[in-house]
Amino acid sequence: MDLIFLQLLTGLAGASTLFLVAAGLTVIFGVTRVVNFSHGSLYMLGAFIAWSLLSRLPREPEYFVLGVLGAAVATAAIGAVLEVVLLRRIYRAPELLQLLATFGVVLVVQDVALWIWGAVDLSLSRPRWLRGAVEIAGLRFPFYDLVLIVVGPAVLGGLLLLFHRTRWGLLVRAATQDRDMVAALGVDQRVLFTSVFALGAGLAGLGGALALPQGSANLNMDLSVIAEAFVVVVVGGMGSLGGAFLAALLIGVLQAFGIALVPKITLVLVFLVMAAVLVVRPHGLLGKPQAMARGEVEALAPIRQAGPALQLLGAVALVLAILAPFVAGPYLLSVLTEAAVAVLFAASLHVMMGPGGMASFGHAAWFGVGAYAAAFAAKGLGAEMAVGLLLAPFAAGGLALLVGAFVVRMSGVYLAMLTLAFAQIAWAVAFQWVEVTGGDNGVLGVWPDSWAADKPTMYWLALLLCVGGALVLRRALFAPFGFALRATRDSALRAEAIGLDAHRLRLAAFVLAGAGAGLSGAVFAYAKGSVFPTYMAIPHSVDALVMVLLGGVQTMAGPVVGAVTFTVLQSWLLMGDFWRIKLGLLIIALVLAFPTGIAGAAAAAWDRWRGRAA
Amino acid sequence: MSVSRRTLLAAGAATLAAPAIVRAQSTSAPIRIGEINSYTAIPAFTLPYRMGWQLAVEQVNAAGGVLGRKLEVISHDDAGKPQDAVRLAGALLDETKVDVLAGGFLSNVGLAMSDVAKQRKRLFVASEPLTDALVWEQGHRYCYRLRPSTYMQVAMMVDDAVKLGAKRWVTVSPNYEYGQSLVKWFKLLMAQRQPGIEFVAEQWPALGRIDAGATVAALAQARPDAIFNGTFGPDLTNFVRQGNTRGLFEKRGVVSVLTGEPEYLEPLGDETPEGWIVTGWPVESVTDASNAGFIAAYRAKFGEMPKMGSVVGHATITAIAAGIAKSGSVETEAMADGFKGAKFATPFGEAYWRAQDNQGTLGTYVGRTAMKGGKGLMVDWRYVDGAKAMPTDEDVKKMRPA
Repeated sequence: MDLIFLQLLTGLAGASTLFLVAAGLTVIFGVTRVVNFSHGSLYMLGAFIAWSLLSRLPREPEYFVLGVLGAAVATAAIGAVLEVVLLRRIYRAPELLQLLATFGVVLVVQDVALWIWGAVDLSLSRPRWLRGAVEIAGLRFPFYDLVLIVVGPAVLGGLLLLFHRTRWGLLVRAATQDRDMVAALGVDQRVLFTSVFALGAGLAGLGGALALPQGSANLNMDLSVIAEAFVVVVVGGMGSLGGAFLAALLIGVLQAFGIALVPKITLVLVFLVMAAVLVVRPHGLLGKPQAMARGEVEALAPIRQAGPALQLLGAVALVLAILAPFVAGPYLLSVLTEAAVAVLFAASLHVMMGPGGMASFGHAAWFGVGAYAAAFAAKGLGAEMAVGLLLAPFAAGGLALLVGAFVVRMSGVYLAMLTLAFAQIAWAVAFQWVEVTGGDNGVLGVWPDSWAADKPTMYWLALLLCVGGALVLRRALFAPFGFALRATRDSALRAEAIGLDAHRLRLAAFVLAGAGAGLSGAVFAYAKGSVFPTYMAIPHSVDALVMVLLGGVQTMAGPVVGAVTFTVLQSWLLMGDFWRIKLGLLIIALVLAFPTGIAGAAAAAWDRWRGRAA
Repeated sequence: MSVSRRTLLAAGAATLAAPAIVRAQSTSAPIRIGEINSYTAIPAFTLPYRMGWQLAVEQVNAAGGVLGRKLEVISHDDAGKPQDAVRLAGALLDETKVDVLAGGFLSNVGLAMSDVAKQRKRLFVASEPLTDALVWEQGHRYCYRLRPSTYMQVAMMVDDAVKLGAKRWVTVSPNYEYGQSLVKWFKLLMAQRQPGIEFVAEQWPALGRIDAGATVAALAQARPDAIFNGTFGPDLTNFVRQGNTRGLFEKRGVVSVLTGEPEYLEPLGDETPEGWIVTGWPVESVTDASNAGFIAAYRAKFGEMPKMGSVVGHATITAIAAGIAKSGSVETEAMADGFKGAKFATPFGEAYWRAQDNQGTLGTYVGRTAMKGGKGLMVDWRYVDGAKAMPTDEDVKKMRPA
């Protein structure tokens, strides 16, 4: 009994830590609708700044509080700058584009933090009062954990007061409901948004600073918290502070008891919780269906068939791609092979995201399932490459059918997060089912049949399958299926009224996307010769999103342009130093220059040149 | 016969390019080592590692190089992703025309590169990846590995672990192959040496995301006599802090892999638990000539103390140089045979490449942790030669494909 009580306290301390990270994220999302991928980076900066302050201050409690608050204020200031310089310029851009910009920020901050603070983990020497323990039921419990247990609810209370008892809070809540109405009443939205973003960033910094005494400030903090922070926000219901607190409690306590019972569950526990909650409550514990901000969803013009000029351009590009092996060296050829794979990977995500209106944060799952299917065909069955390539899209598509049944009922960020949950579960299976998948050591020796072993043949095969696959997907989107799909995206109600089965259409798009990604994964497996769980890890899903957003969601050529640009840029920059800051700045520059993506901007420029109204 | 402008241009280009080709084949051109590592993903280890190999290249070249040729290292960052490492390995082999591939931190990156080496029949010298598979289950003639593997790290500490005389053990180790393999070997080797030993609980925190409070509480609940730890880096710092405050380590023996390495010991600072049995490198108290010479040269060049990564980086280059010198050529088949048995100098003393499984015999230090002046350090240490921490040749033969 005493042990259970102690575990409960441990869980509560963990919950408080989780809540502090998630609170800022949910505040920012609630008002600005920005899916802030750089929240983890702000958390990390909070910890580093706190280290710089606290290691210079006296060790008494009052100075500790001062240092922590100082770090929070500094992080808030960084957040404000970020909002003014970057995000403010792209609020009107298509949904999720801000995610791309904040992804750029993540890359930049990683290199900047390395440059300022160095590679060694920085730990704060804890004074006696921070190290102490309290005797509870004959067992020791850290005093600092008790402090955290109090800080979490205190921050929640403070935020609720701020939002419900101040004029500023009133305006923020009004802006959450209807931005344009608030603006019409003469409130300066820009100040409001900047202050909200600063508040959220400050909370992230506070979370990082408060985590410092428990460990160290290190360069892996950003990515280690971001996924869990998103889970807490989504499980609670996006934008709901109380929900985030409940979710943090649920996850913190389950974690404390869960790992005592099933120690190996650490990799997936939070994602299992999220999947379970979202399947039962599609808007999280306390979330409401998102209030549509007025004017947010403009009716999108139907996608046109490419004009003759664009078709010619595409044909020329394809011919050049086919001729590439005659001039390109082996390295360029392997980059181009990866680009071909990326084209199908991005195009398959685009089917969901563009015409389907369903963004996915877990698209790499299908890529990985395809890659593993090919690996099993090659290593387990000893089958020819053709079998593996054929098996992959069916394996990925089949699994997508099962998962899709749950996913397509939802919408927006919730849908995206549920795909993330399933992807993480698939990743954990690949990671932990060592006997079958080889665990994180992967499956080696998945090399192509001898006829395709040389680089040019493999490249042409990749080109044939991936570009061919992408063309098939494109064809489907211009078929009645594609138009029906877009109808369900633009107005599910009207689509149903004319007899379209929205659920089935969305599911078909989901399966099609999964199968396409699966095929690209299989091609990748043979091109690389090995398959690893990293193929279905979060960063790879993010890569897919980046490619689609970079190219432009609402154009057919977007994913292709985005995939080629991103692959070539990344592999080129990776050869040099400081590639993260370069890639990050480049992404930010592209987002600012082309908010509708590269292809979107090109299309608009073309239309202007032709004198047509865009 | 008409000569087009294009043909002329092509001929001109070929003439211009020709001296370069001649130069590349001559004996005075540098020997190229293509190096790939997780410089951005694991900077705490790999940045000192890079400084280590930079120093070694400088030293080898100052001493006249290898086979009368200078060494040149072309280094790339794999961002911690095996797929990027595979592409870069291809680039180094095909474009940069390197003679040897080297590097790797993460085990899966190491295995991916090893598989490329096997497929392409080119030599790969793995520096840091610790997985046993690299030289055993997935071993092949083109892959050599320098550092003591997970098996060796555990085998080096088993003597001391047995001496603890503890009956009830718990384990905590990161939830991936490295951590799983450590625990597997520890259980196996301990059970052989100490009948009646019990493993009463295990914890598998996700790498980089340990929930230290809950982990420590769960371990304490099992009321163990001793603890085996495989966590390192930020996870270790969190684990130690929670463990100290909650008294988990009091009156309990702790056996902890890698904790004595400066990069992991330093962040523990004034909370370094005392008396843990660890592997690592007592950089502040080694005084023998080879260690002292290395440390002095490193400090002179970079103005800071070397870390374990620096040693690995340095030894990677000297081990490759010695292998090439013994092979008498940079032709792959000659090297694949010639590396076997090649002796090389490392900061820890002389080591060699084992003939039976291509494993380097570079050892590591086993000792106990202590604290002095608010800093952690290793005491009562001894150097364990890697050659003495191996299973029998028959066992190796069974695990390694012919």
